[in-house]
This record gives sequence, C-alpha cells and structure tokens, in this order.
Amino acid sequence: MLEPTIIKDDELEVLLADISVLYGYDFTQYSKASLKRRVNRICLLDKFASFAELRYRLTHYPEYLQRFIEEITVNVTEMFRDPTFYKALREKVFPQLGTYPFIRIWLAGCSTGEEAYSIAILLKEANLYHKSLIYATDLNPGVLETAQKGIYAINQMRQYSENYILSGGREDFSSYYRANYEMVKFNADLREKMIFSTHNLVSDSSFNAFQLVVCRNVLIYFEKELQNKVLRLFDDSLDPLGFLALGAKETLRFSNLEKQYKQLDSEKIWRKLH
Amino acid sequence: MGQIGRLEIELFLIGGSAGSLKVLLDMLPAVRPDLTFPVVLILHRKAGPESMLDILLANHSNMGVIEVEDKTTLQPGTVYLAPADYHLLFEHKSLLSLDCSEKLNYSRPSIDVSFQSAADIFRGNVGAMLLSGANADGAEGLAYIKKSGGLTVAQDPSTAEVAYMPARAIERGAADHILPPGQMASFINNLSVSTN
Ligand SMILES: C[S@@+](CC[C@H](N)C(=O)[O-])C[C@H]1O[C@@H](n2cnc3c(N)ncnc32)[C@H](O)[C@@H]1O
Repeated sequence: MLEPTIIKDDELEVLLADISVLYGYDFTQYSKASLKRRVNRICLLDKFASFAELRYRLTHYPEYLQRFIEEITVNVTEMFRDPTFYKALREKVFPQLGTYPFIRIWLAGCSTGEEAYSIAILLKEANLYHKSLIYATDLNPGVLETAQKGIYAINQMRQYSENYILSGGREDFSSYYRANYEMVKFNADLREKMIFSTHNLVSDSSFNAFQLVVCRNVLIYFEKELQNKVLRLFDDSLDPLGFLALGAKETLRFSNLEKQYKQLDSEKIWRKLH
Repeated sequence: MGQIGRLEIELFLIGGSAGSLKVLLDMLPAVRPDLTFPVVLILHRKAGPESMLDILLANHSNMGVIEVEDKTTLQPGTVYLAPADYHLLFEHKSLLSLDCSEKLNYSRPSIDVSFQSAADIFRGNVGAMLLSGANADGAEGLAYIKKSGGLTVAQDPSTAEVAYMPARAIERGAADHILPPGQMASFINNLSVSTN
C-alpha cells in the first residue's frame, strides 16, 4: 500500500524549520523525496490526519521528537550487506591496516549495529581485533541501544550466513552467536572493542583520527551540498593514507575530495593520498 | 507527433517483473534514440554484484543505458535502470535519488514507489507502462499515475509470460491502453515531440 499524501512540500519545509529552531536538528538539506515519504508514513503510523496535527504534536511535545526522528530516517540494514565490499575489506584494506600498531575505525550511521558486528568478525578473522577500536555512531539513540545489545531476529541468520560466506568467511557463522527462541545474541567478545555513541553528521564535528571511515547508505539521504560538507568531515577525521568506504551506489566522484583520493579498483573504497 | 490534446511527455516509466525482460529486449531495439524524454526502468531483479542487466539492455538498445547511482541526473534519449536493492525516487524533473527503506510488495526496487514519486513530480507529464509479472507491485502505482493525469499502459495479459501484474492493473481501471509487445516501441516513439 502506498502512503497517501498528507503533508505537502511547503508544509514539510515549515516542519523542518520548526524542528531546526526548536530542537537543533537540521534536516533541511536531506533529499526531499525520501523525507516526504517518511513523513507521510509517520502520519499514517501515528494517525495524524493533517499537517496541523503533526506540527502540534512535534512543537508541543518534545518527548515525541525522538520517535519522529527515528521514523523519518531510514534504519534498514543487514549483516555483510554487499558481500563483495566485505571481501575487499578483507583482501585489500586489512593487510594495510595490519601494519599499524593500533587501528581506529569509525562507522558513521551504523544504525542497529549489524555492520559493526560484521566488521568485528572480519577483524577477528584477520587477527587484528585485539588492536582495533570501532567507534560506531548514529543520529538515533534508539538504534544504538539495539546495536549495543547485539540481539537480532533468528530468521535473518540464513541470509547473513550466506552473505558471510560470499564475503570470504570460512568459519561456521553460527559460532558467532547464541540462539534463544526467535532471537540470537552475538558473542560478547565481538563487542569488546566497540564504542557506541550518538553523533550527528550534520552538526557535530570530528572527534578523532581514524585509519578507516565507513559510512554506507547514509549520504544517499543527503543533498549534494550536505554530502560535500560531510565528506569534508570524514577527510578531517582520516589519517594520511587512511581509507574511506561508502555505500554501493555512493561515490566520491563529483565531490571536492575526488582529487585527494584514489579509488581501489571498482570498489566503493577510496584511499587518502597524503 | 504527440497525441492530440494531451500533455507533453517528459518521462516514460516501465515497470516489470517475471517475464518482462524478454519483452524489453524485443522492443528496445525499435525505440528511437532521439526520444525527447528519458526512459526509467523499474525491474524486479535479484540483488547481487554479478548482475549485468545494464549491459544486456545496452546491447539491445540504440540508447545509452545507465544503472542509476545516488543523485543521477536525467537526460532525454537515455535509459535509466533502477539498481537492485534500492527504491528509486525523483527529487525533481532531472534528478533521481535512491533509498534503501523497507521493501514494498516484497520488492526493492518497488514499481509502486517509483511510479508514485514520479507522478508527484511530473504530474500529468509522465507515461508509464506495466509489463509481465507475478507480483502485485505496480498496479497501485499505475493507478496513481493515471489519477495524476499521466498516460498509462499495461501489457496485454494474453501476451504476458505471467499475466498477473498487468491484469491487476487493468482490473482496477489503471490502464489507458492495453498493448501487445509488438506495438510498444512505436507507442513510445509516438510520444516523442519530434520535428518531422
Ligand atoms: C540506511 S541506514 C545505513 C546503515 C548501515 N550503514 C548500512 O549501510 O547498512 C542509515 C543510517 O544513517 C543514520 N543517519 C541519518 N542521518 C544521520 C546524521 N545526520 N548523522 C548520523 N547518522 C545519521 C540513520 O539513523 C540510519 O541509522
């Protein structure tokens, strides 16, 4: 079922301005087509029949904000999404990272953590996890809570296990978690080197220097100008010769950074030149 | 020669699922490369890196075929293919965006999602065609386009490898035209605002 159009384009603008002024969250440079769908979807979910109703709730009930932001952003993710990307990490990036005494990785827009656990598994298998730290950040505190727990639905595991094998995994994937009825919990040792924290790519600044920054399927939700701003933030956060990984359909091409980076073959991974 | 009295077509959409690839490969060679609008394909396809659907389509077309990436710009006379595992949306008349939100009708890309997004941006200036398929996706989107004043076509179900998808659209009155594959290319060609 398609969502009905309850919120018009100009009303969306008003709403985004409200949220920015009242709460300091700036969505004005997000891609509008997706945002429109998400806002109409939340009207349906939370039974707002009009723009006025939604606006009233948002402006008068600050506690509604978290749910609103969680629903208008897209948190869909999976483990070993695009297995060839993870294969490239294993084969082309980790051998380089292994030469450092200490490896810092930033996962920006990590959502519910499936990506973080995938990378932790890769690091373990490359025997690098003991000297790594994964900073996993997202705008939404709710998804980070899920990430921290590492508990996921068991019916996903078949797909994840297939992805894992395609990524070059040779272990028994089920050895990384314990099943309990409909859920699985990933092993605690995978969480040992993960640090979860909220971080807003629109308004927060760089907080460390990394050898690898992974930000996949987040930039697709941003307009060009904001993309460039966020890419600058990543550039500021990367050590010389560090790696930047983007989503399967995202690119550094056409951005201001293009000239300072070199792409690894056909992968969505770029290496900072100096 | 455009159709008398109808709005100029600025975008043509084609949605398809099971059995639609053969139809496309048959008709694309006959579509003229100087179309005055872009053609956007939303096909249900398996996610996977090895898919070379864009190359296959390019080999059967006189137009350039581009698999859409984030913020791809639209040019007339070019075919755009929605990538596997993303919904394709329209930001404005010449800019596409991608979105990996929940599947709709078990599909990502979903034909309904793209058809609705296109209608919201192009209003009546869009044509859309729904091909063979075993899925409920597409019928609602085609109806949405018709309601917004767009021009809609369904593949004649009796010619479809899987009749379900176009038949659903026709049942709900979403199709202005019902065409067999052999007439599709000339139908599209005739929508182009040509000078001859
Ligand atoms: C589609 S998910 C991508 C998850 C994962 N990286 C993947 O590729 O599977 C997008 C994530 O970006 C987050 N996000 C959106 N805007 C953000 C912002 N301004 N700062 C940080 N994270 C943001 C959302 O909360 C969501 O969890």
